[in-house]
Amino acid sequence: MNILLRGRDIADLHKLDVYVKNGGYEGLKKALSMKPSEVIDIVKASGLRGRGGAGFPTGMKWSFIPQSEPVKYVTVNCDESETGTFKDREIIETNPHQLIEGALICAYAIQAKAVYIYLRGEFWDQGHALDSYIEEARQAGYAFDNIAGSGWSCPVYTHLGAGAYICGEETALLNSLEGTLGQPRVRPPFPANKGGGLYGEPTVINNVETLTNVPWIMTNGADAFKAIGTEQSAGTKIFCVSGMVEKPGNFELPMGITMRELIYTHAGGIKDGKQIKGILPSGGSGPIIRVNGNDDPVLDTKLSYEDMAKTGSILGSASVIVMDESVDMTWVASKVTKFFKHESCGKCTPCREGTYWLDKVVDRIMANEAQASDIDLITNIAKNMQGVTLCALGDFAANPIIHTAKNFPEDFKKHIVGQSAAPAQRGAAGD
Amino acid sequence: MALTEKYAAQIENTFSKYPDKRSAVMPMLHLAQQEYGWVSPEGIQEVAEICDMDPTQVKSIAGFYTMYSESPKGKYWLQVCTDLACALRGADKFYEDLKTELNVDDGGTTEDGVFTVEHVMCLAACDKAPMLQCNFHFMENLNMEKMRQKLDELRSESES
Repeated sequence: MNILLRGRDIADLHKLDVYVKNGGYEGLKKALSMKPSEVIDIVKASGLRGRGGAGFPTGMKWSFIPQSEPVKYVTVNCDESETGTFKDREIIETNPHQLIEGALICAYAIQAKAVYIYLRGEFWDQGHALDSYIEEARQAGYAFDNIAGSGWSCPVYTHLGAGAYICGEETALLNSLEGTLGQPRVRPPFPANKGGGLYGEPTVINNVETLTNVPWIMTNGADAFKAIGTEQSAGTKIFCVSGMVEKPGNFELPMGITMRELIYTHAGGIKDGKQIKGILPSGGSGPIIRVNGNDDPVLDTKLSYEDMAKTGSILGSASVIVMDESVDMTWVASKVTKFFKHESCGKCTPCREGTYWLDKVVDRIMANEAQASDIDLITNIAKNMQGVTLCALGDFAANPIIHTAKNFPEDFKKHIVGQSAAPAQRGAAGD
Repeated sequence: MALTEKYAAQIENTFSKYPDKRSAVMPMLHLAQQEYGWVSPEGIQEVAEICDMDPTQVKSIAGFYTMYSESPKGKYWLQVCTDLACALRGADKFYEDLKTELNVDDGGTTEDGVFTVEHVMCLAACDKAPMLQCNFHFMENLNMEKMRQKLDELRSESES
């Protein structure tokens, strides 16, 4: 069932008239007929959790905003830069008004002064298209002044980034929006607190997918949403499947379906009839899962926040990167390490220096010039990056090393001098 | 002050979005880059004056983000994603073949100044690899045969 990717069921859903004909902006009208606190209660009762990766309860996040403050903001995180993630892009391309509507419901619930949608700069075309959808909504009375005749007003603006993964981190995003370097802030104060949010005002920062669920919840009720998915993971989730599967793409499915159903039923199984070897269930930043072929029972793990935690990994943003038996996991560690080395913002020493040295040593391992002690060395460096940085990037950058080395020790050993060093193997056979 | 004269309405509109002029620095840098083809020292100076900032501060913002080019680029800036998810679907080989086709190294510009080629990190199009951005517009599901055709089209577009 599609709550979010309804654009696949309804042609031209991105157009305002089509969206309105299909129940669009009814959720906002319903919200406007209630007290703001009642809207927060409905979102709380729905069990909706943040879809950006952390899974924080959305209604609770909204309730942290102090109503006594006169100025509050909503910021939508559409920085979507995690390796393997491409869900928010499909939402803003095919169902943009549902995001605008969801963001405005949030803005009404916390009585925000404005909504800022922060898009990664590479969403250049999508960002400009979104401007025109917002303008359509404004002209039809669904955004800016006297929204749906309610007397309540709230502008919606887009802001394009310019290429920096770190700006998906909420406080770096705020800095970037304020026109300073996109680097994380020291917390507390948290964005919901006075002094911690956008321009120092209390701010809700939600992911695109999170907010796009909200109009459906308002229209269909919290119970209907809670009835989908698992006890602790309500609703559907967009799973971005990439890598070595027959049919990569976005799949919106109820939380709690298994990895096996996702990969073999929906994504067409492993490419060219090969055996699966590993899964990164949350893009480059989450711990890798070892899979011993297509019959491994680990594939029967349910995709929910609570079940994925049992595998030692996370559901995160559900960007599922699939690797088959031909892939050298040392190469995977190297690729992801290069990503984080490039994306480290440079503010915290353990992350800035750690990613640099990890990359150097992993390069040496990939060149078959490493000593056995180098594997301990990279694990040691990575462990010293965990929990000691202002944001999670330091921890993310440690994950590919710690978990590939732990779960695929044989792949690393192949590269040690004196072992039967195979020529550095690449990812795909490569056409 | 070319930007303020040429884009007065657009600049005014950008300012109206934010309570603080400084928030306009990123949109203004995008504007300067569009106008001059790169973030030139003159562009930095103009953006600083528009946003009431020190040019050094503007330069630090320009340097932080990868989409602001601090040197002139070819007419078409081809940024190929070679990150993990794309590489699992042949992006590394595609990128090597593209460089060979255009006879340039990573980050290089063709002798005729038409193409600049570089590899970049994830562009949120992992299911459509190999892919690239050409002047920030996505080109997806590529192979070298399709790419040669695109290169020809772009070459003739640049000549006309």
